[in-house]
Order: sequence, then C-alpha cells, then structure tokens
Amino acid sequence: MIWDSTDTWIVVIGVLAGISSALLGSYLLLRRMSLMGDAISHAVLPGLAIAFLVTLSRDSVSMFIGAAILGVLTAIVTQILHRNGKVEENASLGVVFTTLFALGLILISLFANKVHLDASCVLYGNIVLSTLDQVSVWGWMVPRAAVVLFIVLLIDIAAIAILFKELRITSFDPAMADTVGFNPWICQYILMSLVAVTAVAAFEVVGSILVVAMIIVPPATAYLLTDRLLVMLVLSVVFGALAAGFGHVAAITVPIWFGFEDTETAGMMAVLAGIFFLLALLGAPRYGILGRLVYRVSLSLRIAREDVLGFLYRAEELRSDQAHSWQAGSIGQAVGISPSLARIALVGLHRAGQIVRHDRSWSLTNQGRNRAASLVRSHRLWETYLAKHFDLPLDHVHRAAMDLEHVTDASMQVALSREVNNPSIDPHGKPMPEAKDQENDPQ
Amino acid sequence: MNSEIQSESILPNQDLPRSRSARDEVPPGREHHPDSPLSIHDMTVAYHRKPVLWDVDYDAPAGKLIGVIGPNGAGKSTLLKAALGLVPKASGKVLFFGQPYRSQRNRVAYVPQRESVDWDFPINALEVVTMGRYGKIGWIKPVSKRHRNVAMEALERVGMSDLAKRQINQLSGGQQQRVFLARALAQEASLYMMDEPLAGVDAATESTIVNVLRDLRDQGATVIVVHHDLQTVSQYFDHVLLLNMRMVASGITSDVFTQENLRKTYGGRLTLLDQAAEALARAGE
Repeated sequence: MIWDSTDTWIVVIGVLAGISSALLGSYLLLRRMSLMGDAISHAVLPGLAIAFLVTLSRDSVSMFIGAAILGVLTAIVTQILHRNGKVEENASLGVVFTTLFALGLILISLFANKVHLDASCVLYGNIVLSTLDQVSVWGWMVPRAAVVLFIVLLIDIAAIAILFKELRITSFDPAMADTVGFNPWICQYILMSLVAVTAVAAFEVVGSILVVAMIIVPPATAYLLTDRLLVMLVLSVVFGALAAGFGHVAAITVPIWFGFEDTETAGMMAVLAGIFFLLALLGAPRYGILGRLVYRVSLSLRIAREDVLGFLYRAEELRSDQAHSWQAGSIGQAVGISPSLARIALVGLHRAGQIVRHDRSWSLTNQGRNRAASLVRSHRLWETYLAKHFDLPLDHVHRAAMDLEHVTDASMQVALSREVNNPSIDPHGKPMPEAKDQENDPQ
Repeated sequence: MNSEIQSESILPNQDLPRSRSARDEVPPGREHHPDSPLSIHDMTVAYHRKPVLWDVDYDAPAGKLIGVIGPNGAGKSTLLKAALGLVPKASGKVLFFGQPYRSQRNRVAYVPQRESVDWDFPINALEVVTMGRYGKIGWIKPVSKRHRNVAMEALERVGMSDLAKRQINQLSGGQQQRVFLARALAQEASLYMMDEPLAGVDAATESTIVNVLRDLRDQGATVIVVHHDLQTVSQYFDHVLLLNMRMVASGITSDVFTQENLRKTYGGRLTLLDQAAEALARAGE
C-alpha cells in the first residue's frame, strides 16, 4: 500500500463529509424522513445549474444559495402535493425529487456542457480529483473541498447546538411543540436547508449516492445501539467518520488482495457503512439479533436449571431415601424439556455446586436445596394467590405458577406471602417451604 | 357560568361549511362570555372537503373539569386541535381568555393522544417533561436548572420521580400517559386540553390522573378532557360537552348527561349527516 498526501486528504475530506451527513441524518431518521435526505441531495441539482447559469462561475456561495433554495422548495412542494392532492407522502417526495433531478440534468447538458459540471460527477463524485484543486490557507495548501466541507460542518454543528432543544421538541411531538410556540415547519425548513447545503458540499466530492448512504446508514446504526439522543449523535458521527476513513484504506487495499486494481473510494465508504450497520444489527446489546438470541437462550437455560432444581426438590419431598436414579433423560421428561437441555442444565447446576452426582443419580447439595426451596415456595405461594383471587381449577394454577416462579424475586415473595396470609400449605395440600434469609440467585 | 342547557337537533340546520368570506360575519345569536378560557365561535372543520365538525359554538366555563364526550369519529380530537390551530378551520373563530391563541400560549397546555408520538424516540421521562417548560424558556435559550426542577416536581406529582431517567420506550402505557400529564403540569397553565388521557391506562394510573386533574381544578384551572368511557363521566366531570360532528349538548353533567342526549349523540349518527357529507364531497369534485 502506497500512502501519500493525496490519500490523507481523501480521508480528511471523506471524514468531514461523513460527520456532517451523519449529524443531520440522525435528525432525519428520528423524524422518519430519511428519504428526504435522498430527495434533497438529488433535487438540488437544478439549483446548482441555475446558480451556475446566472453567475457563470462555480463560486461556492451562489451554488450554496441555489442548493438551499431548491432543498427547501423540495420540502415545501412535497408537503403541498401531499396535503392537497390524493398523493401519499413518499410518492409526492418521489415525484418532486426525480422531476427536479431530471430537470437539473437537462439544464446541465443543455447549457453547461462546456464546463466541467457534468452529470456523472454529480452521481459518483470524484474524490481523487477534488484533492488536486487546492487553495492556500494561512500558507498551507489545502484542497478547496476540505475547506468547504469544514465550514459546512461548523455550520451544521452550530445549528444543531443552538437549536438542540427546538429540534428535539419538534421531532418528538410536533403538535405539542406548535402549541407552545415552536413552529415545527420552521425547524423543518432549517433542517432541510442544512441538508441541502451539506449535500452540495459533499456530493461534489463523494457523489450524491454516497451522500445518501452517509445520511441514512450511520444514524441507523447508532439508533440500534443507544436510547440517548446525544449518544446517538456521537455514535453516528463516529460510524460516519470510520466508514469514510477505513473506506479509503479498504478501497486501495482489499481489491489488490484479490488481484484487482484499487477501486472507487466512495463506493467502499458506503459499503463499509453498510457493514457497520450489519454488525450492529447482529451485535447490538438490546436491539441486535444476537443480543436478543443470547438473552432468550440464557433465559431458557435458567428456566431449565430452575425447573430441574424444583423437580429434584419435589422428588426429595416424596421419598426421603435417595435411591431412585435420576438420569438426564428421565428428568427432562418429567420437567418437560429435551434430554440434551436437561443435561446442559444438570452440568450448569453441578458446576454451580447446587447438585452432586452419586454414581448413577443426582441429588441436591445444601446450597441447591435452599435455592430449590425458595423456587418451590414462590411456586406454591403463586398457586395460593391465584387460587384465592381467580376462580380457577387447581390444575390450571399450576401452569401459571410454573411461569411466575421464575420471575419472582425475594421482595416479591415476601409481599406475596403477606398477601395470602403466610400459609403453611398450598392449595394442593403440599407444605410451604420455609422462607430463607439468603437468596442465592445465580443470575 | 355557562350552565344553561344548549341542546339542539343533530341535523344541520344551516348551509354546509361556510365559505371563506363568511369568516368575518358576526356569529349569529349567542352571547359569548368575554373571559371564558376557551370560547369557540361557530367553528367548522373539514378534512379534504369532508366536514368533521359543524358549526360548533361553545364557551368553556372557567375553573371546571369538563368532559368532551362522543362516539368515534365525532370530532372530539379535532375540536381540540382546531381550537389550538393545529388543523385548519373552514370557518369560525376561537378565543382563549378573550384573546387570540398566539398571545395566550403560555396559559394553555395541550396533551395529545399518547399514540401520536414515537415512544422509541431516544429520550428519557424527565427530558419529555422538561419540554413543558420550553414555551416559557423560548427559542434558543438553554434549559436552566430551575426549569428542570419544575419538571422534576411535576414528575413527582404523578408518582413518577423514580423513573425520571428511564428511557420512555421502557415505560408502560400508563407510565407514558403520566409522563404526558407531568409535561402538561410543568407548563403551569390555566387551561389544560387533554386528548384521551385515560385511554388504555391501568386502574392505578387512572386514579392518579383523575386526582391530579381534580387538584388542578381546585386550584382554579380549567381542564378539558376528551373522554371515551361513559361509565365514569358523571363521576369525573363537572361539565360535559356532547359532540357528534355537531355539538349535541353542553352544560352541567347532571343536567346534560341524560339518556335522551346520549341517544342523540350516539344513535343514528350514520344517517342524514353522513349522506349530506357524501353529497358535499361529491359536489366538490
């Protein structure tokens, strides 16, 4: 891998674009209007073309004004179409932005083909070329795109910092926000202008397709990982920046491993953002697929262990001699779980020191007996409670108590016992195990 | 106080929704109390040319707990939203404490239906309640500690201070509704307008909310509540407004909440009025 200053600038430009896009994209996501970012980044094209035709220069300021006007126009026209016609909001968005985008393409091909403002540049950008167009900043030669993106990033950060409270209330509850004087449309149009300006600054470099990816994907990734707005903003910025930075590294290294030439940096940035999303989708602690799977598996394991404990306790209750041989298969059958799950539960209990093995059978240790007594106590208290408060046949209360005993902690048990007047037997006439002081919950 | 019974036929006895030019006409007949917390003058609301509310004329009595009662689709939510300017009025005028809404904003607290917001939004209970202070804080200015304290006290009044830092998607439906009520309390308003605050909440939450509403009334505030449960109307509300696209009746609960008025409100609504609405929609196309 050969790395020179061009590579560094590519990463800097990509990271700047990624951060701005991710910040604004987070708010679009929370307002359930991520596609508005898509629409605006395309719809600004005629604004650019007209600004160019009017001023005959690629001067940044007029380009930005043209883009911002078109961005807000997109939001307004979409809303008008949606409100007054029989057009669904997404459909009206699609109508508006494709029409405007096409109009922009026509304008460019008609009038502007002499200059290098061409259509493919808009779609894919050219990050390598953008590093060559340099300006002097305090004696340093810096790519113009980096300067522009940095200024745009400052504007975005400033706007979000100043309007944090306003964006929050109008995103969460626009109706209530309106009644206390925060017009949701004002915030909406400010946000749309920022998106338009950011999209223009970014797509010259990375193309409008990547802008869309950067607006939607990193915030969606962050949303999976947190329930806090500030954390979400920070995480989406981090993912945007990482995707941009490593996207370039991957673009110049990964294809070479497979015998190809290096590939488009912009494309690789988007792919990497997608990979981050996939990882979060799998691995996010609360909302991830794996996280939920692990939770469910560990829950069913715990329930299996507790059921086995309860079973051994009841077996002891019935016959004080411990001669009966309990194998995983017969225990599993009695408790209603598969033999393999029963075996896993037995191994777990054994390791926790709650049961011991004597040659062909299992029995409870003192520690295990205490834990089992507490479970059985919860179970029988629930049966008593259910029999007292609901007019259910006794065989029905057992099933419900079977579920409830696993979620009953010590304090709930105390409250439950008080509620049913501390009985000494359950509705089936079985003795209530004594309450133990120490709770030895493996969880 | 507006205690006289205003009972009228359910059928539209005037022309269908007024045109824009009718807005400036003097509303017919009825006297309005200049200081009523909410005074609605001949308000008509239509969605996509389909009328939702017809010619509602109503003065809310000050310092009362008022129930807005009517079947689904009667326009109860729309009444609140249109009064607050959240949905456009086809005609009519609404005054709050005798003034336009804009100038009285800080005296009014609105609680939308719980389902109207996204409870997966990354925010905790205290932050939602703090939004009740935003109107007093104004644009741009940050939330100060004093405002956060008011929000915390509001959470305490609804028995939720332990869950202040809890993410809102981890709250039960009843707890979410209490957060919404706390947010309204934090607004320290004189008029509370609440859309179905008792829908789908547990019994404990219901009694907490009703007690808070009574406290507000006892402290002199006016509380208008869209309510769906006919069983509890007489027990909860001093006044009622019976609504079914038109205002069927309004007044003191014991006078107005009668079999006869209920039949007018709930019975036969899908008849002439709907036919008229249909015809109107067809004519407009």
